Amino acid sequence: MTSAPGQTVGPFFHLGLPFDGGNLLVPPGHPQGVRLHGRVFDGEGNGVPDALIEIWQTDPSGRVPRETGSIRRDGYTFTGWGRAQTDDGGHYWFSTLLPGSPFFAVTVFARGLTDRLFTRAYLPDPGPDALLDGLEPARRATLITTREEHGLLFDIHLQGEGETVFLSYPGQAR
Amino acid sequence: MEGKYRLAALDWSSVANVTTQADINREIEELRGSGGPQPRLDYPPYRSSVLRHPTREKHLVDPEGVELWAPCFGHADVGGTESDLTIQHAGEPLGERIVVTGRVVDGEGRPVRNQLVEIWQANASGRYWHQRDQHPAPLDPNFTGAGRCLTDGDGVYTFQTIRPGAYPWRNHVNAWRPAHIHFSLFGTDFTQRLVTQMYFPGDPLFDQDPIYQSVTDQKARDLLVAAYDHSLTTPEYRLGYRWDIVLSGTHRTPLEDS
Repeated sequence: MTSAPGQTVGPFFHLGLPFDGGNLLVPPGHPQGVRLHGRVFDGEGNGVPDALIEIWQTDPSGRVPRETGSIRRDGYTFTGWGRAQTDDGGHYWFSTLLPGSPFFAVTVFARGLTDRLFTRAYLPDPGPDALLDGLEPARRATLITTREEHGLLFDIHLQGEGETVFLSYPGQAR
Repeated sequence: MEGKYRLAALDWSSVANVTTQADINREIEELRGSGGPQPRLDYPPYRSSVLRHPTREKHLVDPEGVELWAPCFGHADVGGTESDLTIQHAGEPLGERIVVTGRVVDGEGRPVRNQLVEIWQANASGRYWHQRDQHPAPLDPNFTGAGRCLTDGDGVYTFQTIRPGAYPWRNHVNAWRPAHIHFSLFGTDFTQRLVTQMYFPGDPLFDQDPIYQSVTDQKARDLLVAAYDHSLTTPEYRLGYRWDIVLSGTHRTPLEDS
């Protein structure tokens, strides 16, 4: 069966997609909490103020969460999924836990982006990895987060110098 | 009167680099059929895409770990009345009341059960409830234009809403978007995530809309157009539209599923 084409989220996705606490997979200040954050850049190096980032991850033990409750968080249940819009400077951030598996799965949406993009944000110093090991060093580096005092930095370059590696999966149109 | 019209025409032609609908139509025509079943990421007629599309080919990878699963949503996330966009305020919204329903299935035709569907849209006048929308059409105090629901055990979603109006934007001079409802969907795998737009049959603005036309294949574009379905129409109350949605294929094996 032919899958439905994607379409841009447009300029007004704030009406339908972001929700209070979307970026807080754990409350800020959680003892094991980290900040995963970064900026989304366009081809001229300007921050993209109308982008939306979703992350999906395992819990610290490496288990894939099967719990509901991401949209109305109870403050205790770790659902593994979050959504954050960028601010006027193109910056997004999540309060979350370090996944037990090597990467965060990331989806990128923006006005001007005709379809969503998939990528991965790897934890620093990744081990052998089928995807990373097949990339030239400069490209590989776009997928690896930088360790910081309060967590991890992951910038996303939609186009141009340092363009992030975006992914397609078997059976999908590239 | 004649002078007034001529002056208006002169106004546009005397401004350098003004892109007209005719210019956009030419660009759309040149790119027709050039892409696959998904939208072209590089689609210059949609001007905002120029600096926001990746230039490198996507890297093909086998999904692993969390990518083989989608996040779970349930009644903790979505209230039962959030699927009715006409009851969110004290009064009834203006416009044509409609029901939009359909089935969400994966690439193998299996229903996507108990999964989140989110929508947002303009009101009947073509105005979004959004700070950045400056379209001088009235807001409707009884219509926000956002809704959520969970698919049922057969993968069916249902929303009651108002038919949105056409919407003017500034991609080029006199640019108007066909009436549409934004849809956000999840499958059973992370890789099936889809955000798209549903359109109404027979819209006269289809041919000149660079967002709809960013899908350059007609058969694929047709998948975005709902069907009027009289069996869904309720006497003296609302019109019915059906829009089924096929997501991409799944990658999980039955072993991983158990």
